[in-house]
Parts: sequence; C-alpha cells; structure tokens
Amino acid sequence: MTARKQKEGVAWRQSKEGRRVIGIVLTFALLIPLGIAFMLPFFVMLSTALKPLNQVFAFPPRLIPETVQWENFADGWYGYGYVNFTTCTWNSLKITINNIIGNLVSCTLAAYAFARLKARGKNFFFAIVLATMLLPNEALVVPQYVLFNRFGWLDTHLPLMVPPWFGWPFFIFLLRQFFLTIPEELVDAAKIDGAGHARILLQIFIPLSKPALATLAIFAFIGNWNNFFGPLLYLRTPDVQTLPVCLVQYQGAYGNTEWHLMMAVATIAVIPVLLIFIFGQRYFVEGIATSGVKR
Amino acid sequence: MIRRFSKPISPSAKREERIFYLFILPWLIGLVVFSVGPVFGMLGLSFTDWRISLDDLQFIGLDNYSKLFADPIFWTSVGNTLYIVVGRVVFGVSFALLLAVLLNQRVPGIAFFRAVYYLPTVTAGVAVALVWIWIFNPRLGILNYTLKQIGIQGPDWIFSKTWVKPSLIIMSMFSVGPIMIILLAGLQGVPKELYESAEIDGAGRWAKFRNVTLPMLSPVLFFVIIISVVSSFQNFTEIRVMTEGGPGESSNVLIWYLWENAFIFLQLGIAAAVAWIMFVILMVLTGIQFRVGRRWVYYEVDS
Repeated sequence: MTARKQKEGVAWRQSKEGRRVIGIVLTFALLIPLGIAFMLPFFVMLSTALKPLNQVFAFPPRLIPETVQWENFADGWYGYGYVNFTTCTWNSLKITINNIIGNLVSCTLAAYAFARLKARGKNFFFAIVLATMLLPNEALVVPQYVLFNRFGWLDTHLPLMVPPWFGWPFFIFLLRQFFLTIPEELVDAAKIDGAGHARILLQIFIPLSKPALATLAIFAFIGNWNNFFGPLLYLRTPDVQTLPVCLVQYQGAYGNTEWHLMMAVATIAVIPVLLIFIFGQRYFVEGIATSGVKR
Repeated sequence: MIRRFSKPISPSAKREERIFYLFILPWLIGLVVFSVGPVFGMLGLSFTDWRISLDDLQFIGLDNYSKLFADPIFWTSVGNTLYIVVGRVVFGVSFALLLAVLLNQRVPGIAFFRAVYYLPTVTAGVAVALVWIWIFNPRLGILNYTLKQIGIQGPDWIFSKTWVKPSLIIMSMFSVGPIMIILLAGLQGVPKELYESAEIDGAGRWAKFRNVTLPMLSPVLFFVIIISVVSSFQNFTEIRVMTEGGPGESSNVLIWYLWENAFIFLQLGIAAAVAWIMFVILMVLTGIQFRVGRRWVYYEVDS
C-alpha cells in the first residue's frame, strides 16, 4: 500500500461515514457469534434428539448427526412405562389454558379498577400490588402447601388452577399501565350514552387492549407451561403430572443413559413455547419493556 | 388519609367506590388467602415443632431458628446463594447491558437478533436444563470439546465442587432476556440531544457511554439488579434437575435447603423458618427498590 493510499484510509476511518461503517462491522462481529451461542442449546438438543444412541456418545461430538433417526420422537414419547407423555401434555395444556383465562379475567377487573375508578383506599391497595409484584411464589410455598393440604387439594390440579383466578400483581400492574393510556374522552362519551362500568370495560377497554391482553396471555402461557416447582410439589400420582415433571421422571427412569430419547421428548416439550414466542414476540418485548421503564 | 375517609361523598361516588371494591375483590381475596394468610401462618409455624401433622403442635419458641443458625449446611447454603447472587448481578447484568447496547445499534436485522437472544429465556425450564447437563459433560460435552480445540483443558463444570456455581451462573446468562429488554428500553429512553451535545464536546464512543448512557441508565440498572437478585432466589429448576445441591453441598442454595427440609427431611418447622427468612430478605429488597427507585422507575403512584 502506498503512503498516499494509507493516508486516505486513515482519513476515511476518521470520517463520519467511515466511523459508521466500522461501527456496523463491529456490531455484527459481536451480534453473530453471540447469536450462535444463544442457539447452541437448541442445536445440541435437536441434534441429540435425531441421533442413534451410539452416536450420542461418540467423540468428538458432532452437531450434525451422521444418520438421522426420526423414530426417536415416537420411541421417546411412548418409550417408558409409567411416564405417559400424552397424559402429561394434556394435563399441562388444561392447566395452562385455565390459568391464562383466570389471569386475564381477574387481572382485567382489578387493572380497570386501579386505572379508572375513584375510591378511598385505592392508593393503599395499589401500593400493595407494587409491593407484592416482586415477591416470588417460592417464598410462600411452605404455608401454601399446608393450606392446600387442609383444603384436601393435594394431588389434584386445584392448587395450580384456582389461584390464577385471583389475580397476579405483575399482570395487574402491566394492564393498568396500558389502561391509563386509553383516552378519557372515550370513557366520558360512553358515560353520557348511559354505559355502566361493566359495559365500558367490555366494549371500550377490552377491544382497545388486545395487544396488552395478548402480552399477558403469552406470559401466562410460558410461565405455566414451564412451571416445575408447583406440580412437583402438589402432584403425586402419574395420571395428574404435567410435562416438566414427566421429563424429570424420565431422566430418573433411564439413569441418564437414553439421552437421544430424552432430548427427543424435551424437544417436543419446547416446541409450543417456541411457536408462541415466535408469533407473539412483538407483544412480549413491549410488555417487558413496560415493566421497567417510566411511561 | 383519615381526613379523606371522613369527607362526605356523593351517591354516585359511593357507587363508583362499590364497583372499585367489587372489581378488585378477586385479587383481594387471593391476597389474603394465598399470600398474607400463609405468610403469617408461616411465621406462627416457625415457632413450633411441626413435622407432618398439624394436630399436635408444640410451641418451641425460637428453637427452629437457633437450630437453623447452628446448622453449618444452612450457612453453606446462605454462602452459595450469595455467591450466585453476586455472580448473576456482576456478570449477568453487565452481559445484559452489553446485549442491550448491541441491540440498540441501528443495523439491519436487529429484531431478529433480539428474538434470538430472548429465546433461551422463554424456553428455560426442565427441558433445557437437561440439555445443559449434556453441554456441561466433562468428557463428551460440546463445551469442553470446544475449549479443547483452542487448547484449554476444561473443568468438570457441574460435577466439580469449585465449578458448579460458576456453571450455574454461566447458564443463567443465557436467560437474561427480561433485563436485557428493560435495559434496551432504558437506552432508547435516553434523550438524543444529550448524545449530540456530547459529540459537540468531542466525546468518543466510550466517553459517551461512560458520561451519558450510564448515568442516564442508573435507575433502570438499579431496577434490573433488584430483579436479578430476586430471581437468583428462585433458581430451583436447575438445582433440582442438574445438581440436587451437589456435589457435596456446593450448590445447595436457600431454595434447595428449604425444599430439602420441607419435603425430604420433613422438618417443616425449620423449613417455615427458612421461608420466613427468605420472605424478609425479599421484602427488604422490594422496599429498597421502592425507596431508591420509585422516583425514576415507577413514575407516579397516584394519577
């Protein structure tokens, strides 16, 4: 490179355009390897799920299987006597759908009240919503266990399916934030037409809040589908188990040897979450951004 | 408050108030039955010799607490929890910040990367924990194989007493999605004019980050630190699926200690004491978040 060309290069690098291009290149130099790293667990899961057993333990490990063994999915699903994946999936689905509906109904009501109704004591109760928002259920699990035991609910789905009908602070907060953005004039107009709060909620707020409600539904789906602690605690008999517990029983049952089958069922268990996430990604990201930043 | 309660109000305002309480009733019932009631029940039970049955409880005062504080494993689990909390705050939050800064660049395809980075968070659960056992496998796992390619002899990861906690921290860095998004939203909220005037003053990339971004982001950073501390107390799935507190007691964290005492050793009184301690820690954290963070993070409480 001649001295003149070198000089031009330096000038270009220092120019506005040059800095921009270098910035983009640097960004991608980090974005892409990180992206690959983030996808790695899925690659490992899927590739192990497709391998015959002897290749699972082959060294060096290969991400792309030499021979693809699709039967692993069926073999894993029906593979082990007392772990019935069909039943577990059905249970997971039933609980998840019930909890989404329960959460949406109870949280919509509370969020509307906190966003739009005037009442003495409102600030006090809203402070409680905020205070309990960060409290993880894990901290309350011992006494709740006692409570549900008293109710005779152990080994049924009730400890998992009833509480969602009684609101969840994080959802109430998110929805209230959204309800606050709905113009007051719409409400006033409806009031002049003689609409009560139930009608305002049903005919104005809910239709206008579809994105927020979708966000909540997605959160609830993922949280409940992945929930492991609750089912592990409250459920005993195989008939009532949910998918995550089934997977762990499978792990124990095979003594960690049939990795290809275990990864196959793990893949199947993750697919619904993947689909929901891919289609609902936008809502999801917006919902989380709302939780942390002032509006 | 008291003055406002005694103020006479119109019938229509009274009706609105009734509707308010009707609408929050489900949440209120849930709060009392599933949270407040249990919390105080737990406090009471932590003073008893409760094992399995609730029928003949002996009041034993602070015995559970003194037993707890005399148990070296309790202190190990406190230490392990602290180790993981610090690791997740230091490495997890800075990693999330790096990701957020990257995702805040104006380059094509950024929404795709945002989705990819978020993905491991939504799938975090038993299925993916099982995959990680395999990734961490010292002999056959992809991690040590990759390290070997660049000439590093990898450790035994979750099978080693020294490496099990770092392993769990590394794994948790794959699910920093929510704090990454919150930080990203925070970055996007920094006024453009501040960067422009910094540029006029001749600030470079780093100087802008150091002097504009970080100070403007500090409330959000504070919030995500609290979130990651709180979520460090919840990492039950990984422990149960991958390590069961081991090897030895080296990944025995508070939530595992609680679980073992409550549902394996059936020392429910002791478990109630642990749960109560955890609850207090978490409420203190929430309180700090309120006091320090509310001005910037939570906007107005009444509107």
